[in-house]
Amino acid sequence: MISIRHIVKQYANHRALDDVSIEIEQGKVFGLLGPNGAGKTSLIRIINQITAPDSGEVLFNGEPLNQVHINRIGYLPEERGLYKKMEIGEQILYLARLKGLSKAEAQKRAKYWFEKLEIQGWWNKKIEELSKGMQQKAQFVATVLHEPELLILDEPFSGFDPVNAETIKNEILELNKKGATIIFSTHRMESVEELCDSIALLNLSHKILDGKVKTIRNSYRNGTYVLEYEGEQVRMPGAAPFAILKETSHDTHQQMILKINAGSKVNDVLQYMLPLASINKLEEVVPTMNEIFIQKVGGATSSNQ
Amino acid sequence: MDKILLIIQREYFSRVKKKSFLVLTFLVPVLFIGMIGLIAFITASQNEFGDLKKVAVIDESGRFVNKMKNGNNMSFTYVTKPFETTKKAFIKDGYDYLLYIPSSLTGVQLLGEKKPSPLTSGKIEDDLSNLIRSQRLVEAGIDTVVLAKAQKHISISPQQVKANGAIEDAHVVASLAVGFICAFLIYLSLFLYGAQVMRGVIEEKVSRIIEVIISSVKPFQLMLGKILGIGLVGLTQFILWIALTLVLSTVAGTVLVKNVKAKTEQVSAAQHMMAQDTQGTQVDSPAAESGNKMENVLKELQSIPVTKTISCFLFYFLFGYLLYSSLFAAVGSAVDNETETQQFMFPITLPLIFTFALAQSVIINNPDSPLAIWLSMIPFTSPIAMMIRIPFGGVTNLQLAASMLFMVLGFLFTTWVASRIYRVGILMYGKKASYKELAKWFMYKD
Repeated sequence: MISIRHIVKQYANHRALDDVSIEIEQGKVFGLLGPNGAGKTSLIRIINQITAPDSGEVLFNGEPLNQVHINRIGYLPEERGLYKKMEIGEQILYLARLKGLSKAEAQKRAKYWFEKLEIQGWWNKKIEELSKGMQQKAQFVATVLHEPELLILDEPFSGFDPVNAETIKNEILELNKKGATIIFSTHRMESVEELCDSIALLNLSHKILDGKVKTIRNSYRNGTYVLEYEGEQVRMPGAAPFAILKETSHDTHQQMILKINAGSKVNDVLQYMLPLASINKLEEVVPTMNEIFIQKVGGATSSNQ
Repeated sequence: MDKILLIIQREYFSRVKKKSFLVLTFLVPVLFIGMIGLIAFITASQNEFGDLKKVAVIDESGRFVNKMKNGNNMSFTYVTKPFETTKKAFIKDGYDYLLYIPSSLTGVQLLGEKKPSPLTSGKIEDDLSNLIRSQRLVEAGIDTVVLAKAQKHISISPQQVKANGAIEDAHVVASLAVGFICAFLIYLSLFLYGAQVMRGVIEEKVSRIIEVIISSVKPFQLMLGKILGIGLVGLTQFILWIALTLVLSTVAGTVLVKNVKAKTEQVSAAQHMMAQDTQGTQVDSPAAESGNKMENVLKELQSIPVTKTISCFLFYFLFGYLLYSSLFAAVGSAVDNETETQQFMFPITLPLIFTFALAQSVIINNPDSPLAIWLSMIPFTSPIAMMIRIPFGGVTNLQLAASMLFMVLGFLFTTWVASRIYRVGILMYGKKASYKELAKWFMYKD
């Protein structure tokens, strides 16, 4: 769908993107991750043709990016904004028509979306009269009204309460099911794991990691497990096939996080533990995207918001 | 192109639909006509409004008895009582001032409860000096006929020779007024609508809708759409103003002239009566004079090439606006809020203020001087300078064509410069832009 090839973007004093290449597959949800200032917004602006790269190219379904593609992309910027003094319905029609929709068609679709998001009563209200959540919904409608093949969402859930965030998430997934490719830029790693098929991680203008979420997480496995058992805490006799990283003691059950020694297997752990305790659970701890993010970026600038 | 049209539509209708637009459109001509009407009315009936000063005159020299002219809000009454007694009683007797002329003619005094205005004392001084000069000349043996001839006041009636040899009255006063009003309106509206463009840009930047819009259209399209949309608002407003003013002034004009005439007759009749009361003093009615002046001005106004003036006005307004508003747009894009605009506004407004200052003196006094001609050629100054010159009739078609061509070229140039700054500026936040910064933005590749 989108091939980003060797993009370089140079501003006066710093290089925002340095030889960045990313492939985004048709119909997938793609996470664009990175700390603040990593170059995400610069890249998004290039895909949106707001700015042009100094070198490199972006292909949209194999064609070099050009004006024709503008109407096939929907963009929800991180910093939301609508005309404060303009009526919300009129405003959405305006934005949709700027994306090439006819007035009648825009009207029809806007009605549909307003009902779907339960904001139909607000058509004639000015933006400044709406609550923040309501404004966000309106902005979301404006982004998707022209049924873009590619949806670029920059922190789509910020500003929503949990209920509305869930609504919007479901709408995004539904659009994805209908065939829209989604680029999803965020700091929130838990939503990345939930939504994204693949990701690319940018840091200091470079792409430092990309691939399928599952593959990435698996490649960061390091033999860490969580083990829970009943009863009193047991003492470990002799040489255990693992090292204990952390132990938590509760009244009736115990939990420990352990790392299997090199050369040992999960079965060795069970064999060792079975005579000692009544085991409830033994589960591998696959690193979360958050942990990988922090590890790769260095911890300093990451955030969970 | 369709998208620019959409943007123009939004910018235009979102402003025209506002109540303030309607109010302004209808209020301004009414106020304008009302103001002119009021001035005319006050001038015509000065004597009723201005309070009439009654001056008692004691003339020991006997030279001025019954010779001081009434008028200019003064009426003179000659008393024969001695100065010392009158001095104490004149206020009680209902006079405002006492003019005492000793026989030696030195030490003339004007006494009053209130200080006389310089106008009042000046007028009396002039009258006395003129009278004494004539008398002395007569005494020196100059024939009164010669004297009358010598005192003839010459008034120039300016005539303009057209290319075909025809001679027309040159209506200097009206040309002056029309030129000045047009220049002033352009000066004002460039600021007014230019600032609207700037505020519109800042609004889009601050509300952050800018990023959504320029993911749909090119920044240049947005800038141009906004400028054209607001320009159309200005044009609509001016056309409505001109139309309403023409209609209202035609109506008001006929009523006014009739009124002034009637008033003039009334006033002069009243003054005749008053004059007879005051021992048949000469009467020179200022009301009659002002009535004639009014008619003359109306006549003069009709002689100005209305169509040419209006069409040039609209042209220079539109292109002057286009030229300046693109710069205003660039300024708007470079800042985060309106208070930061100051440092960039100055160089933009400087040529306007400069020309407007010159317009009031140099250009209006000598509309065909080389300086005036140059100013009417340079796109940054021509909207104002040209509007002053046009009503005087000295602008050749070649000059006008050249000026208009430069105007269009100037507009294209500033728009090009502005758009290069604009496209970068609208995406910059939280960074206080300097001129160096703007130059850098200008140099960025697309």
